[in-house]
Amino acid sequence: MAEVNLRKIVKRYDDVEAVRGIDLDIADHEFVVLVGPSGCGKSTTLRMIAGLEDITDGDIMIGGDIVNDVPPKDRDIAMVFQNYALYPHMTVAENMSFGLRLKRYPKAEIKTRIDEAARMLDIVELIDRKPKQLSGGQRQRVAMGRAIVRNPKVFLFDEPLSNLDAKLRVQMRIEIKKVHQKVRTTTVYVTHDQVEAMTLADRVVVMNKGRIEQIGTPQELYHKPATRFVAGFIGSPAMNFLPCQLEENAGKMHIRLTERIAFPLPPDRAARYQNAKQGEKLLLGLRPEHITEAKGHAEPGIEAFDALLDVTEPMGMETLIYFALAGKQVCGRVNPNACAHDGEPLRLAVDLNNMHLLNEVTGAVI
Amino acid sequence: MSTLAIDKAGPNRKIKYGSMSRDRVWALRWSYFFLTLFAVFSLTPPLYMLITSLKGSAEISAATNPWWVFHPTLSNYVELLGSNQYLRFFWNSAMVSVGVVVVTMLISVPAAFALARMKFWGSAVLATGIFLTYLIPDSLLFIPLFKMFAAIGDFTGIQLINRWYVLLFIYPTLTVPFCTWIMISYFASIPKEIDEAAIIDGASWFQTLTRIFIPVAMPGLIAATIFAFTVSWAQFLYPLVFTTSTDQLVLPVGIITTLIKGDVFNWGQIMTGALLGAAPPLVIYAFLMDYYIAGLTAGATKG
Repeated sequence: MAEVNLRKIVKRYDDVEAVRGIDLDIADHEFVVLVGPSGCGKSTTLRMIAGLEDITDGDIMIGGDIVNDVPPKDRDIAMVFQNYALYPHMTVAENMSFGLRLKRYPKAEIKTRIDEAARMLDIVELIDRKPKQLSGGQRQRVAMGRAIVRNPKVFLFDEPLSNLDAKLRVQMRIEIKKVHQKVRTTTVYVTHDQVEAMTLADRVVVMNKGRIEQIGTPQELYHKPATRFVAGFIGSPAMNFLPCQLEENAGKMHIRLTERIAFPLPPDRAARYQNAKQGEKLLLGLRPEHITEAKGHAEPGIEAFDALLDVTEPMGMETLIYFALAGKQVCGRVNPNACAHDGEPLRLAVDLNNMHLLNEVTGAVI
Repeated sequence: MSTLAIDKAGPNRKIKYGSMSRDRVWALRWSYFFLTLFAVFSLTPPLYMLITSLKGSAEISAATNPWWVFHPTLSNYVELLGSNQYLRFFWNSAMVSVGVVVVTMLISVPAAFALARMKFWGSAVLATGIFLTYLIPDSLLFIPLFKMFAAIGDFTGIQLINRWYVLLFIYPTLTVPFCTWIMISYFASIPKEIDEAAIIDGASWFQTLTRIFIPVAMPGLIAATIFAFTVSWAQFLYPLVFTTSTDQLVLPVGIITTLIKGDVFNWGQIMTGALLGAAPPLVIYAFLMDYYIAGLTAGATKG
């Protein structure tokens, strides 16, 4: 097992720069998820760590050694692919043992490792089957088994759950987490699904346009996003962004959304934003759970207003509501008993204690 | 207007539930009609060959119904299979065809793997170039090739002309391009992640080819094998030009040169020889037909 370090990694295809100077330190035993929209460079970064892509510039270190020119087979890594990439003509056991057989491990050792991995992944009874006789979830387990038996320094996962249906994805997510808890191998996991990233990772690396937007624990990214991209990417439904301005009124800071709607800021927020210029174009970032039905009593930082609901989506444990505010569609989350109905008005409350304020031009969170 | 039209169309339309639609029934009828026509067209010559092979020389030259055997005899078969010459042709053909298949596969498979997977400068142009060489007809090549091998004989003293094994060098000019092309298409249809997985597992390029690609692309390999075998077995022009001694001849040329003497055609034996000569490819096709079709379609859709 080992740490992985990336130093100013650049990948250029002709004129296109896919990865633009990434620095990343992954600790031993850590589970790091690279997440971002398609084309953000996350898969390319993973493939460069694997050695499947040459790096244009920078250094990659695995276990402290620079591996820029080391071929994949000598990097002591194992990779799980999106389409499983199982060898179709081999049985599950042969698939799992292929790497070990190439390295001429003793047969007894190979058998022990396969048995152990098969038990861990609950595929003991499938061991003599061919890949075509397996379901998608079973194939992905075998692909993981193939990685585990190698006992590598680093696991690399390239969107391993994207080909599975929603239910199976949740199940396999838990399996992957369990496996990592048992084997504790340093893991780099690529996905475009932010839920997968949040639930699996020790730390999440949010990437956009070939750069790292933010690195942090799932909670940090959720509660303290550094940029508009991270704020909008992490969380489902996504954060609402409303154009706004700060203004001072009767000695109190207010946030003005429209001519008619302005909310007074709670004292700690007012102190935090006192350096922001009044009249500057800003964005108010509010997560849906911070727009709820109004309670009967007043609370500091909670401001009530009336809204005409466009659409409601009852989810069971909550109801998602959509309405227009300051010319934008806004999503909120209300209690299922809150009498939210399509086309009807509802008294709502925003929780400004959890608001985010962003610079509309730079996208930076203030 | 439109509502009215829909209302009228509804009840008038006859739909037969639980059976084939009329269109499909007619499509099937037409298919069977043309298939029968095609089968009759293509099976008539072999049938005529079979009928003639069962006749004696007297009956063949007599003015009787040529589509009926009045005095069936196996004399043609007995004579031909008892003649060392015919067996020699058969043996030469088998040696050449098997040899060509081996040579072709040894060249085509690694070439196709390199062109399909190892992206190097000019690989795409090379792949197209290989296929283009297949388009040059053998009738255009046989004279230059003959001169070449004659020149090799003059300079090195190694006499290849009029030896059956010269065909092992010549036939691959026909088989290698097409087989390489089939294999490129087949290899290209294997997901890239499979060789990446193999490389990460520690396999070299050669191990990836032999332990992953060849077993996975077996249907394509069989299709290519059948193609190479059939082309070699049926080739007429090259052996006619390059081999002349009776003991060096292959089957198609052997039958023509030994069973036609001047203007005397020994039709019974010619037909018997051709019929027996058609058997080996037929047997191979029958056994490997499923693989052959799978191989060709993979090539067709990917190419």
